[in-house]
Amino acid sequence: MVKLSEWRGKEIFRRHGVPLPRGAVARSAEDAEALVRDGRVPLPCVVKAQVLAGGRGKGGAVRFATSVEEARAAAAAILGLEFKGEKVKEVLLEEKLAIGRELYLSLTLDRSLRLPILIASAQGGVEIETVEDAQIDRQPVHPFPGLTGYEKRRAAKVLGLTGGAARALDRLLEAVWTVFEQEDAELVEINPLATVGDGLVALDAKVIIEDDASFRHPEYAEIRDDRTPLEEIAREKEIAFVQLDGNIGVIANGAGLTMATLDVLKEFGGAPGVFLDLGGTDDPKKVTEAFLLMAEARPAAVFLNIFGGVTRCDTVATGLVAAMRQVPAERRFPLVARIRGNNEAEGIAILRAAGVTSVPSLKESAQAVVAAAGGRP
Amino acid sequence: MTVLVDRDTRVVVQGITGHQGTVHTRQMKLFGTQVVAGVTPGKSGSEVEGVPVFDSVRDAVERARANAACIFVPAPFAKDALIEAVDAGIRLATVVTEHIPFHDMLVMYHYAKAKGTRIIGPNCPGIASPGKSKVGIIPNVVFRPGRVGVISRSGTLTYEIVNGITEHGLGESTCIGLGGDPVVGTSFVDALPLFEADPETDLLVLVGEIGGTAEEDGAEYIRHHFSKPVVAYIAGRSAPPGKRMGHAGAIITRGRGTAESKVAALESAGAKVARFPYEIPDLVAGALTEKGRR
Repeated sequence: MVKLSEWRGKEIFRRHGVPLPRGAVARSAEDAEALVRDGRVPLPCVVKAQVLAGGRGKGGAVRFATSVEEARAAAAAILGLEFKGEKVKEVLLEEKLAIGRELYLSLTLDRSLRLPILIASAQGGVEIETVEDAQIDRQPVHPFPGLTGYEKRRAAKVLGLTGGAARALDRLLEAVWTVFEQEDAELVEINPLATVGDGLVALDAKVIIEDDASFRHPEYAEIRDDRTPLEEIAREKEIAFVQLDGNIGVIANGAGLTMATLDVLKEFGGAPGVFLDLGGTDDPKKVTEAFLLMAEARPAAVFLNIFGGVTRCDTVATGLVAAMRQVPAERRFPLVARIRGNNEAEGIAILRAAGVTSVPSLKESAQAVVAAAGGRP
Repeated sequence: MTVLVDRDTRVVVQGITGHQGTVHTRQMKLFGTQVVAGVTPGKSGSEVEGVPVFDSVRDAVERARANAACIFVPAPFAKDALIEAVDAGIRLATVVTEHIPFHDMLVMYHYAKAKGTRIIGPNCPGIASPGKSKVGIIPNVVFRPGRVGVISRSGTLTYEIVNGITEHGLGESTCIGLGGDPVVGTSFVDALPLFEADPETDLLVLVGEIGGTAEEDGAEYIRHHFSKPVVAYIAGRSAPPGKRMGHAGAIITRGRGTAESKVAALESAGAKVARFPYEIPDLVAGALTEKGRR
């Protein structure tokens, strides 16, 4: 999933007609000063850190300014921050509006119902998990008719909006539904949605775009601020690669088998450090690349656990042996291999010729790799 | 007909001329499946693994009497392929294709449902009844005909677990890999009644993963409507937290979706829950012995 920062979410909102405060992004205190000085951001204004973590208000990552100098100072202070482990590189400056009530609105997927769900609450401006259930309205929306008139009227009632404000909500919901569908969003969340006079304004924007839709949304593919450099290389090679804190490297195929492998390693006192999901492949080169990538992560030991279906055991073995020849001596690590399934006998023979023994039992192979990594035997 | 497929199942492979389509057509035939047609637009008149290729699913239905589809078409075209199958009168469609956007899958699911077609998948290994038929990609070698049913959200982990059951000297009635995507055509709740009604299944193995609430929903169904013994396993107990879908996701699931919540729900519904995959065969054998005594 691609989590968009507030200003990127608001760019999408603007394109689809969701009403917003006037504002602009700055990457330096000088930029911030210029935005306010030339009137692109009216005073008084609010200066907000553009980070993905929540709780910015309480964490000092949102400040107010009534003059050009204050805006510059606020931007300078926030741009230096490290907020919940994330370095602040951008601030959003927006006019500070005289708001009335703060509401909550979101559209997401209900996996059990297999329907989009519109969530509304009159208790906005706080974390929605802290709002009591009775104050939250959930309406499933069928994708064929889309959001209908009666559903929008119900949302207006829940939010306590009448007259011009109810009409504003109608238009806003139409725009939010379009964002959800056309941008392939997993989540569109506005919290708070503020009443301003007779209208509505989205004060925040949280938009998450689904990865699988990147074939029709290439514009989101490059936005990813939460990967390590090795994870970035893996992504380019289409290998699922996640770095954790432990010292054992795990190469498996398929998410379920990878998770089960981690569960078993933990049970025997092992600490998985990197896990790498080969997925389905019958290209030995991809296996070699995955293995060399693993070597870059400097694991204490590596556990290769493959169940061959689409991926054949002999393919994995061939790729593995090729990789072992390329790893420089100082980067070598103990390897425990377990390969089962399609073409198992051929795979085991290839490994044996290279001096690697495949351990058939998951339990025993997991224990062996934990011992090899210096953990609890 | 036992669970969804049998010797009368006549499969059309959509995307048969692609690499995966060709490889798995051969494997399905080796399993004993009647693969009667393939579809790749523009390739009619050719053959793949001895199977005639047609331009459309309608042709495959009219000329080769296909009644089930196995879809390997790439994600950007999978929605079209499924709708074509539904419109041609196919009532069981296994979608192997991965990375289908869930917005597309929402349309596919609700369209198929309205027209009376069951989807298995997407991003799934499919369905296999050893000795009868297989529609999908589960490796043939792991199976032996028997009386254990298996439903799973995983791919390779399903193979691992079925293989373990077979190596223990037991066998399988039907195995369905449902797929792990956010929107699936057939969920645990949808599949459970099929195994309850199947006279060839004595016991069910349910393999789940963290995320979503499909296992909790399944547990609720088991508690009220499922009379056969259930052995379950949930992968991901040690997975690091994070990757949650924003605040809105949290208020839909309300504390469900974790491994603990799934294990607790299944245990309170009477299932025996394995902590690791290799504990499953013993639990299955034990539950079958216990059932035999009653």
